[in-house]
Amino acid sequence: MNDKLKTLARGIVDVSPLMIPVFPFGIIYGVIGMELGIGPYMTIGLSIIIFGGASQIVLLQLFSGGASSLVILSSVGAVNSRHLLYGAVLSEYLSTLKLTWKIILSYVLVDQAFAVSNDYFTKNKNKENKHYHLLGAGFTCWTIWQISTILGIILGSVVPEELGLSFTISLTFLALLINDFRKLKNIIVMMVSGIVATIGYNTIPFQAYIIVAALSALLAATLLTLINLKKK
Amino acid sequence: MHWSLIIYCGVITFLTRFSMIFLLKKDVFNEKTKKILSFVPAAIFPAIIFPPILLDNTGSLDLENNPKILAAMFAIIVGYLSKNIIATIFAGLISYWFLIFVYYQ
Repeated sequence: MNDKLKTLARGIVDVSPLMIPVFPFGIIYGVIGMELGIGPYMTIGLSIIIFGGASQIVLLQLFSGGASSLVILSSVGAVNSRHLLYGAVLSEYLSTLKLTWKIILSYVLVDQAFAVSNDYFTKNKNKENKHYHLLGAGFTCWTIWQISTILGIILGSVVPEELGLSFTISLTFLALLINDFRKLKNIIVMMVSGIVATIGYNTIPFQAYIIVAALSALLAATLLTLINLKKK
Repeated sequence: MHWSLIIYCGVITFLTRFSMIFLLKKDVFNEKTKKILSFVPAAIFPAIIFPPILLDNTGSLDLENNPKILAAMFAIIVGYLSKNIIATIFAGLISYWFLIFVYYQ
């Protein structure tokens, strides 16, 4: 096996354990897509065109609540804005690549692929062809996401609505925050976001409560960070 | 929903991933900015989580006998103790089913 293939395989192996929660998440997404009635083609279309689980579910939820296109678009942008940070971190390792490579790797730069490949890049700074790691990790995520979406679409037409599977949207996002539960500052930021969103749900027009809440919470995070720096 | 909206959302998402890789030559964010950006998930996700749990179909606060609040609390406890994403989701879902199908029947 040559060096490129080895690195590619390493990426696939490294990201595989992280696929365990992604698989049911994809199924839940597919089921919700069918429950909200956007049909199988759009449900899988979102998975291929957007390829970002959290933002796809936000899109579905806002759409079912009757939000305008502009709000949906800006909310998807807000939820995915965390990728700006991933790109900024990885640019150090990928800046010398050709444009085509940058485009392909950007398409598959999801949370899990970022997590394992960033770790690999940090440990193999000077290795040639290290970007094959992200290619392997990213397309593993992509493949799992598409398969689980299709399974969800199939299950979605047989799962009864009384099961309340739309509640799993909240649960899934809650589960993605489990590492924040232990830090007081993060709990404060989460409470600000949640309370502003709950109050704003009825009072802020165009369903813009997600963005308003997120910005309020980031303001709180900024203040908390600055106070903390002063103490030191 | 229009396909055009889906494509715009795809383009926006792609740009969030591509722009920094394309534009930056090396790390430009200082430590303070990075620290604040690390709060992004904690700042966005609760805004998605809270309203569907706390509000009823008409949009008013529903704090009494609300199975979603109890199930979410149980999920938080399981998540805190297990640090496991799947365990958290299933703890919430199973306790929710128990409440609506057994306890409140």
